[in-house]
Amino acid sequence: MSGMVIVGAGECGTRAALTLRADGYDGPVTLVGAETGDPYERPPLSKPDPDASPRRVPVATAERLSELNIDFRPSRTADRIDRAARKVHFADGTALAFDKLLLATGARPRRLTDPDDGHATAFRDFEDAKRLFVAPARRVTLIGAGLIGLELAAALRVRGHDVTVLEASDRALGRSVLPDLAGRIVARHREAGVDLRFDAAVSSIEPDAVLLCDGTRVPSETTIVAIGVVPETALAEAAGLATEDGIAVDATLRTVDPDIYAAGDCAAAAHPLYGRRLRVETWRNAQDQGMAAARNMPGAYTPYARVPWFWSDQYDLGLQVAGLPDEGAVTATRDLGPGATIIFSLSPDGRLVAASGLGPGNAVARDVRLSEMLIERGARPDPAALADPGVGLKSLLRAAGT
Amino acid sequence: MSDWVDACAEDEIDAEDVIRFDHGERTFAIYRSPDDAYYCTDGLCTHEQVHLADGLVMDHIIECPKHNGQFDYRDGAPKRVPVCEALGTYPTKVENGRVLIRIG
Repeated sequence: MSGMVIVGAGECGTRAALTLRADGYDGPVTLVGAETGDPYERPPLSKPDPDASPRRVPVATAERLSELNIDFRPSRTADRIDRAARKVHFADGTALAFDKLLLATGARPRRLTDPDDGHATAFRDFEDAKRLFVAPARRVTLIGAGLIGLELAAALRVRGHDVTVLEASDRALGRSVLPDLAGRIVARHREAGVDLRFDAAVSSIEPDAVLLCDGTRVPSETTIVAIGVVPETALAEAAGLATEDGIAVDATLRTVDPDIYAAGDCAAAAHPLYGRRLRVETWRNAQDQGMAAARNMPGAYTPYARVPWFWSDQYDLGLQVAGLPDEGAVTATRDLGPGATIIFSLSPDGRLVAASGLGPGNAVARDVRLSEMLIERGARPDPAALADPGVGLKSLLRAAGT
Repeated sequence: MSDWVDACAEDEIDAEDVIRFDHGERTFAIYRSPDDAYYCTDGLCTHEQVHLADGLVMDHIIECPKHNGQFDYRDGAPKRVPVCEALGTYPTKVENGRVLIRIG
């Protein structure tokens, strides 16, 4: 018996290994990661405490994995999958046979190709975080006003760095955050002293500056490219597995090969609620899909149907979004008290499709979570009730049934 | 010897809800269950120290507002990953419309 092999030891792969054991699978489980050291959570990397070094928060320690009889092999890069022989070959010349294989290869930062970004760095792993945050105050330029760019901008600014954010488009945070809320976050950055520029097309990156197409020179000692990520699909592609924007899997997270699954940032999974494939780049999705894959690999075949959800903390503001705001046609806004609001997005036929909340600390968390349950149930709540803070979302959830 | 601390009025907490209570250097979460019983746990989640009073109470479960970790607030037992370590719990009683907790 070859057992379960998991390639990728981030949140998703590690959680899959733990879940196999928690659910009583007693065959061999091998967890292979490219990075050194114990598996760790990535979200804390871009939001370290203002007065502390970035923390490496373990998903599980090597000791714990060993107790669970999970064969954890860090620092190993998978090279190719031999589907006929059901083996994964590694760059160091070794190979592992599998009964079922989970690809939890994640995503890598997208780089700029024109201009060349050799004088910039990306932000992905614990070493990147240490380099960035353990250094003394200096001029930092972030290319890209997405979630990672803005979280880093906030974390660097509160530590006293001079921070410039250059965004090529005319707005921050792209499609995942409604313009109203993105605008409030941008205003908060500017109030904190971040130099945030839109329509800023980069023409070249020098060792000590970023040059813009309009001739502006932005002095920069450290330049970070934060323009999103690209799913790691090379292994799957080379093995002839279908890929689109991610490794294509069905709702049970299985690829076209019944013995190979994919989950987390690298997977484009058919979603029962949306009727199409979604690739979700969030911590919770990595965790939950890892767990779902671990249940399906031994034969559960349960569809994964959770609604996308993420949060971001910047300064004193907490953002939480459940669902897909860009599927909404109309909105209803609920005021949750000082500086806290939730914008509900409804489809043309009245289904709640997203809840986007912004407020101090975790002020919006509870209602966004309840909204997520409403979305999951396909509820069609009355927009007037959604907008009325006197109507508890729990009562709407009860009305929606289970 | 009595080390009961007056935490709040009964009606300061809605049924199936939670509030924060700070006492000295310590912070707690106080719950009112759907059947109007009161419970008290440590305020901070054992995973990433997020305050649970901002989380959602459903039946007897409190869920962390950031990572969806869950506990049964009656005994502090972990109910969903990423939490694996139990929450501390503290006795409560109601006297004259006030909720008291024993946190000695």
